[in-house]
Amino acid sequence: MKICVLVKEVPDAAVQKRIDPSTMRLDRSGEKNLNPFDTHALEAAMQIKEGGAILVEEVVAVTMGPDSAVRALHKAVALGADRSVQLTDDALAGSDVCATGYSLAKVLESESPDLVLLGQQSDDGECYTIGAVVADHLQMPSLTQVIKIDVNDGKLRCERQAEYGYDTVEIELPAVISVGDAINEPRYPSLKAIMGAKKKPLDNKGAGDVGIDASQVGEAGSKTKVLALNPPPAKEAGEIIEDEDTNETVEKIVAWLDERKLI
Amino acid sequence: MAGILVYALHDDEGNFNKNSLGAISEAAKLAGQIGGEASALVVGDVADDAAAGLGKYGAAKVYRAKSVPEGLAQPIVDAMAKVIGDNGISYALFGGGLLGFEIGAGLTARLGAGVTMEVTAVKVQDGKLVAERPILQDSEIADVGYVSEPGIIIGRLNAFDTNETGGTAAVEDVEVELSPWSTKATMVQRGEQRGADVNIEDADILVGGGRGLGAAEGFKLAEELAESMGGAVAATRAVVDAGWYPYAAQIGQTGKTVAPKLYLAAGISGAIQHKVGMQNSENILAINKDPNAPIFEFSDLGVVGDLHKIVPKLTEAIKAKKGG
Ligand SMILES: Cc1cc2nc3c(=O)[nH]c(=O)nc-3n(C[C@H](O)[C@H](O)[C@H](O)COP(=O)(O)OP(=O)(O)OC[C@H]3O[C@@H](n4cnc5c(N)ncnc54)[C@H](O)[C@@H]3O)c2cc1C
Repeated sequence: MKICVLVKEVPDAAVQKRIDPSTMRLDRSGEKNLNPFDTHALEAAMQIKEGGAILVEEVVAVTMGPDSAVRALHKAVALGADRSVQLTDDALAGSDVCATGYSLAKVLESESPDLVLLGQQSDDGECYTIGAVVADHLQMPSLTQVIKIDVNDGKLRCERQAEYGYDTVEIELPAVISVGDAINEPRYPSLKAIMGAKKKPLDNKGAGDVGIDASQVGEAGSKTKVLALNPPPAKEAGEIIEDEDTNETVEKIVAWLDERKLI
Repeated sequence: MAGILVYALHDDEGNFNKNSLGAISEAAKLAGQIGGEASALVVGDVADDAAAGLGKYGAAKVYRAKSVPEGLAQPIVDAMAKVIGDNGISYALFGGGLLGFEIGAGLTARLGAGVTMEVTAVKVQDGKLVAERPILQDSEIADVGYVSEPGIIIGRLNAFDTNETGGTAAVEDVEVELSPWSTKATMVQRGEQRGADVNIEDADILVGGGRGLGAAEGFKLAEELAESMGGAVAATRAVVDAGWYPYAAQIGQTGKTVAPKLYLAAGISGAIQHKVGMQNSENILAINKDPNAPIFEFSDLGVVGDLHKIVPKLTEAIKAKKGG
């Protein structure tokens, strides 16, 4: 079986994210990192591979993004992927969820995976939807926010929390699964793996190489348009106490509760 | 005709989801402004009067796909795509939750439609819908428009209020042919309740515990604090998924919505999916060791420090005060 893991390069957690008002897109300058939620998808792939319930020939990390996104692929390979694929094309810039999902599905199609794994969300986009978009294009069953995957008789038995509690769902392969962050504790890459990451094969593909219809992608091919950006309604800032002397802190908290007749 | 179609989710007992009902009311309001009709789609064996009863929330019509199972997204994508196509519907609207995200995403691919998620409000501009979508941890709100129809709008939990206007909806049965891949996922068990059946909805005071409690045992601290104030203990998805605390105590997008007099968050980061379930609490007090934790953005009192140091002493102090 071949597992493809979708990964993304996102602004580092420490960077204050902002929208560039001239393009209405995320300002991607500054320190970047592999989307932390993707490490759970990579770990899930490695655990399926190491679990032995099904033979996994290959784990391939796949990304769409500018040249710099290659660093996210290096991290993914350091975490265990055997090789990686990068879809880069100026035509893709500014793609919305609809266009991004289509593009990712096209590049995945060229790999014919048996299982596509991805994280529950990207740290910058917070859309939670790419997995289900990709799945419909690939005509594969899918489930999102999965926190347990068991491989049984070539099928997946997945668990996830939905509106009414935990669902257990059996899914035939090939399939697309987005994993929740409770699924595992991702491993740290070994120094050796980090050093070796750049030597693993990396395929670079353009939109034309994977049959992407250029009219369906990029800003022009997107079906949504950001018309305006507004600040959220102003909210009175809360009071902040830094705990230096805990007895004093507790006194302040009790006084605050008391004032509001909460105790 | 500029219709708006809402997916009305129901549980195994046939109760419609409150967020779906809110979406129907919102659709009815918006449809009036764009010169169309609000309709709803239900799947599974929904009784005639239950389906027609959605008219009370503003649905003029209810499409019922009896042969389509409830609970998994892809068969419902098939049903919605058919209803949208057959009836020239302009927008699909979903209340907050999880299934709506998956169905909306599937429709995006199927219909080549624009999608906006986590939407907190919808307005009409030039006869078209524009979705207000908070982005970057709710630090900005984007107004998102659609360049073509249909457009897909996935609401945030509790974004849309129900509005009972009365009336019954006409019910139309639809036959849906499922896509081959829609039948390749099967529900083995739906809505399993993990952990004890605790009641958090009636409490005036809630102590919410998160991953910062460190381990299942850490919840003892939260329980003792709650007890000292006569309150109950709530939890985040992170700790429920980890098996530290019962699902019945979970607050947020796939848990409960509460609005107690006091919500005291201990070791909770304040992720949006948690916030949506407790942001209407009268007073929010957060204890978190990370000064940049998002929870401080919406708490009335924020305490930056180690909860393991602060909470036991706070419990003692409250007990002493009450005893004295
Ligand atoms: C579709 C979807 C649905 C979701 N539904 C829900 C939902 O219904 N409810 C929900 O809660 N979440 C939900 N989530 C998950 C949500 O995004 C967050 O992952 C979750 O709320 C985080 O839980 P947490 O705050 O306990 O953990 P974390 O985010 O890990 O935060 C732990 C916090 O504890 C602090 N901390 C650590 N140690 C200490 C200490 N010693 N003293 C003080 N502070 C400390 C840390 O600084 C940190 O801020 C959902 C996510 C998705 C994608």
